[in-house]
This record gives sequence, structure tokens and C-alpha cells, in this order.
Amino acid sequence: MKRAYLDNAATTHILPQVLEAMLPYFRDAYGNPQSLHDWGDQAREALDEARSRVAALIGAQPEEIIFTGSGTEANNFAIKGLALARQSQGKHAVISAIEHFSVLHAAKTLEKWGFEVSQVPVDKHGLVDPKDVGKSIREDTVLVSIMHANSEVGTIQPIAEIAKVVKKTGALFHTDAVASVGTIHVDVKELGVDALSLTPNQFYGPKGVGALWLKKGVRIMPLLDGGVQEGGRRAGTENIPAIVGLGKAAELAREEMASRMAHLSALRDRLIEGLLPRIEHTILTGHPTQRLPGNASFCIEFIEGEAMLMLLSHQGIAASSGSACTSRALKASHVLTAMGIPAEIAQGSLLFSLGLENTEDDIDYLLEALPPIVDRLRQMSPLYSKFIKGQRGGS
Amino acid sequence: MPVYSDKVMEHFMNPRNVGEIEDADGTGEVGNPVCGDMMTFYIKVDNNHLSDVKFKTFGCGAAIAVSSIVSEMAMGKTLEEARKITPALVAEELEGLPKNKYHCSNLGAQALNKAIDDYLKKQGKKVKSKRSGKNEKA
Repeated sequence: MKRAYLDNAATTHILPQVLEAMLPYFRDAYGNPQSLHDWGDQAREALDEARSRVAALIGAQPEEIIFTGSGTEANNFAIKGLALARQSQGKHAVISAIEHFSVLHAAKTLEKWGFEVSQVPVDKHGLVDPKDVGKSIREDTVLVSIMHANSEVGTIQPIAEIAKVVKKTGALFHTDAVASVGTIHVDVKELGVDALSLTPNQFYGPKGVGALWLKKGVRIMPLLDGGVQEGGRRAGTENIPAIVGLGKAAELAREEMASRMAHLSALRDRLIEGLLPRIEHTILTGHPTQRLPGNASFCIEFIEGEAMLMLLSHQGIAASSGSACTSRALKASHVLTAMGIPAEIAQGSLLFSLGLENTEDDIDYLLEALPPIVDRLRQMSPLYSKFIKGQRGGS
Repeated sequence: MPVYSDKVMEHFMNPRNVGEIEDADGTGEVGNPVCGDMMTFYIKVDNNHLSDVKFKTFGCGAAIAVSSIVSEMAMGKTLEEARKITPALVAEELEGLPKNKYHCSNLGAQALNKAIDDYLKKQGKKVKSKRSGKNEKA
């Protein structure tokens, strides 16, 4: 059976060069970078090289990179660590309504710790208005965190414009760039932020590793106490193989970014332009142009996402959905809800996120497979029959 | 993908009795699309037996499989027997449901019961109207 992995927002595959770069550090080069001998030197050199490569990808200085165990950890570190380091100056933070759970829930923890958190809304395309950020900032605001790109709907935020607004105040500005780093051009100076999270499992590197970029001079409270690793800011023996993988993935992303973006956006447009005319009553979610090159997200009316995923999976196609039934909490995606999409339409959420291995063939295979699946579920749907009867009655 | 039993998958892939009954003797609609699941059951009753059961369902794989198995379990049964189809029985018949999908089995049993209620209500009305008709004549 043909198979097509169209769920790269969940995680990407790992490039062979990345895997090759990592392997020696599982086997022979197993030293601890803190050790003062050849084994330690070898690990330390690998760590330094990876740090430089990650810094180069985002236009930063190597010493500003703090390796973490995941993108989630980087986000938790930024939200909790920056807020705690500044709590004597104020206890208010601002985030957007469509942040990843690792920001949203970390902000909830801040509230338990006595902070207040304001959420700025998004428009129907998932865009934050910099003016709204400005309005939310108070005298006691110490931290603003707005994601760079949203992996569910693909919308890319005007971070540089928001940064101008935040800069006028005393607050720090963090951006969760997990969905954008390694996929589109990201330069911390151009963005004008103070902290930025990233992880390579979104750009063909390993899982279990991430990084927080923290502008030189910005203080942060460590989440983990222990040794002096990462300048004393993130204790724990470094995961050298994964960090090496992150470094290699960053290097390749920087070199190949233009061609990757061209490949992905061509496939994305083929998918969107092919799907909308083939399936009636379908909405493209997210911003029509300011969106990630590999993101094609939709709401297909009158049917539910999980049922579509199961039938797609039966035909070897991997996708995802923000429907309530696909979430363990049985809640529709907070991102779609924040964009004002009615709950019953959000149930038909279907997300295709494309990766380097995808081909035109994969897209065409999907475009063949999906319309009969939608038909089949609509034939079963009481909402669809009501809609059809309503139309007949109306005409 | 949630871990569904083979039986759930089989009923999801090949649901029985999908459709509507134009001149149904009773219909029952439960759930709502905002919560994620909505089921409508249609029944035909012949001599106190369910001579036909059909359904339409908006919802996840479990909701569709539940509707299918409930329609199968109810077919041919007396109204009293059909009333005894509980969510627990439905889940058992499907060889188990994931915990967070258990509410789907509730919906299935509820929709069937509501269709039976609807039938009985209509019967009651018919009887009533006949009686009142007689009364008027008298």
C-alpha cells in the first residue's frame, strides 16, 4: 500500500546526515564535556560546534544558546525562569490565546505562583494585532510571550512589529519559534526579541533536545538545580548525541533553507488549490499568505476529524486534527476556538503538514483519497442531511 | 489514533444500518455537534417489535461504531428488550471502548431509547386523538 506521512508538525523524520553525525557520540565518543581528559575534550568540542551551528541558524552568539531537553522545556524555562527572575519588578505577563500548551500551561503555573496573565486575542486568520499587545502591557508587566508561527494553522505572527511595541515598555519579549526555526528564515536581531525557543524535531533532527536562545545579559532563574552545565543555567549532563544532531540539523537547515521552502510551498499550494475545489463546504484555516510553507489546514464541514483520520490512516495517509474527539481532554483546539471558528465546524479540523520527503505524488494520492472519505462520512452525518434538506426546502 | 478493539474498527469501517427511514414510527436525536457527537436513530415498529432500525451519526470512530452495533443489537427486538440495551452492554459488545470514548456508548443507548419514547408518544397521541374524535362525535 502507498503511504504518505503528512504529519510533520507532530515531528519530522531525521535526515541521514544528522543520524550519521550523532552515531559516534552514542558509541565511542561517550565522554562527559565537564571532564578534564581526552574523552571530555572530545565531547566538549562537539558541544561547542553544535552551539555555534545553532547560533548561526538564528543569527545569535554561541554563548547565548542554552540546550534543553525539548522545545517544551525551553518554553517552560522562558516563561517561568524569566518571570521569576523579574518578579521583584512586577508580576504580570502577556501571552496570546493560541500559544502551545507548553506556554499556556506554564503561564497557568505562573498564576498559581501569584502572577497575573493576560491573553491577547487573535483575528480570524490567527493573527495577533501588535496594538492589542500594547494595550495589554501594564506597569508591572515583566514578560510578553507570543509564538512566532502556529503549527496548527500555519499563521506567522508579525513578531518584529510586536517587538517594537514591547520594547517601549520594560518587559522582556520571548517567542516560541519551535514551528518556524529551521523552516523559515529566523534571525533574533531582526525579530527584536529577548528569548526564543526551538527544537530540531521540527527540522529533521532528533527528539529529546531543544534550545533556548537568551540575549546576552538577560537574567533567568534556572528550573533545574545541579551542576554548572550551560553556564549554570541548565544543570544535568548534556545529551551530547542529541545536541550534535541538533547542530547538524541546524547547519543543513541554514544551507538548504531556500530550496526547502520552495519545495514545501509548492506542495502546500498544490494541496490547498487541489483540495478546496474538490471538497465543497471546506474552509482553509490560518492566514492565506502569511503561513508556514508546509502547512495546509482545513475545517471540513458536517463531519468529524477523528473519523477522517481513521479512514485516511486506513489508506496509509498520516494527518492530524484539532477536533474535540481527537484530544484526550475532548476539547476542540483552543487555536481554532480563539480564531472564532464555531465549535461544530472545528470538529471537522484536518491538518496536513508537509515535509522534505513528500512528493507531488503524495499530494495527488491524498487528493484522490480524501473526497470519497468525506462523502462517505457526510452520507452518515445527520448534520449534512439537515443541511441538504434545508437547501432543498429553501430553493 | 486511539486504540480501538477489532470489533470497533470493523463496525467503523463497515457500519450496519446507516440511513434514514422516511416514514419512521419514531426518531431520537441526542448529543450536539458542539460537543463532538450527534446521533439520530430511526425505528419502524411492527407488532411491538423493532422491524427496522437506522441511524445517522456525526462523530468520531467510536460514535459511528456504537451507532452501528446498537442498531444491530436492537433489530428485531421487542421494545422492552431494546430498552435493556445499556451503555455497558454496548461497550461489552464492542469488546471495550477507550475510557474517554465511553460517553459514546451512552449516546447510542440514549438515542435508541429516545426513538422508542417518540414512538410511544406518537402512539399515545394517536390513541388520544381517536378517543377525542369519538368524544366529539358522541
